[in-house]
Amino acid sequence: MNKMVLIGGAALVAVAVVAGVMLSGRETDGSETVAANDETPTVEISIENHLFSPAEVELPADQKVKLVIKNLDPTPEEFESHELNREKIIAGNSEGVIYVGPLKAGTYPFYGEFNEDTAQGKIIVK
Amino acid sequence: MLATLIIVFREVIEAALVLSIVAAATAGVAHRNRWLAIGVGAGLTGAVIVAAFAGRISSSLEGSGQEIFNASVLFLAVLMLGWHNVWMGRHGRELAMEMNAVGKAVSTGARPLYAVAIAVGVAILREGSEVVLFLYGIASTGVDGANLLAGGLAGLVIGAALGFALYKGLVNLSTKMLFGVTSWLILLLAAGMAATGAKYLVQAGILSAMGPALWDTSWLLDDSSVFGKMIHVLTGYAARPLPIQLIFYVVTLVGIGTMMKLFGSAPSTNNKKTVLA
Repeated sequence: MNKMVLIGGAALVAVAVVAGVMLSGRETDGSETVAANDETPTVEISIENHLFSPAEVELPADQKVKLVIKNLDPTPEEFESHELNREKIIAGNSEGVIYVGPLKAGTYPFYGEFNEDTAQGKIIVK
Repeated sequence: MLATLIIVFREVIEAALVLSIVAAATAGVAHRNRWLAIGVGAGLTGAVIVAAFAGRISSSLEGSGQEIFNASVLFLAVLMLGWHNVWMGRHGRELAMEMNAVGKAVSTGARPLYAVAIAVGVAILREGSEVVLFLYGIASTGVDGANLLAGGLAGLVIGAALGFALYKGLVNLSTKMLFGVTSWLILLLAAGMAATGAKYLVQAGILSAMGPALWDTSWLLDDSSVFGKMIHVLTGYAARPLPIQLIFYVVTLVGIGTMMKLFGSAPSTNNKKTVLA
């Protein structure tokens, strides 16, 4: 009985994940961008002395974009953007990847949550 | 110092609310304190370990290691909370109806306390590792480090106090109310966690968002504000939810809810009759 419930729960989650991945595949196939990671445009943003560089990034609209955030500071930083609905901790002297988009045209501010006074930037989608 | 306090508070509050809800749900159950302590202890230990390897986790899996780690941990918590709720759907009513006789016997036995311990542990692991990283960053900045560290600790204490207040409020409910309320809270908690997990998979480029955010109610309730964050934890509320997040939310809610009904229905009808008679 108990085992049955547990298996049922596991199956449910598995179905949800598989369905999501399948749906994701279907959508990317249909759009003009290609699903493969290496064909997604990549933009690098570095963090140094708690400042983003570049602090203003221009991205194409309606396209998935790979952001590579390089933290050159020894201290960790959290890349955060409410408008982009993204947050990610980047440990000191390391880098992380964040996928964004497809985005509509507009301005999307982002900031470093751990050093909000200085770490400010924005993505401009055209 | 205030900024530090708020950042740490925001990280702590989720784990604190998870702990207080499952502690209330398991109030009075034998060995419950031991299991919760195991969950908290393992979570804290794990948090320090995860923080220490944060750089390596982050750069693994093509730079999306952190997201995949967070999503896995969230889905594990969803499974555990769901499993506990389904079990409670089966046995909880007997427990609520006859708290003194059968209830005690049932609650000491097969109740999956390991499931709540794991749910608590991973919540602390996830949020705790961020707090550790943040405080470490502050501590290594030098001069005003001590001041900021005090703010961080204050945030920790306030988050814990709030969790404790929720716990106290919950356990003051009557036994029957407590069962219903905590079941719902855990169900919503699990659904919200599943939605957040989906968001991490989108951020990792694994899952499609399935379109832009469905709505933007950040003008009404910003889910990054202190109050908004609490509502987010308790209900799964998101100010800018992606379609895929809503799907995960609903599937989890309906999935666990259906299983609770399905496996809980047989004993519950019996008990209802007993109550009416």
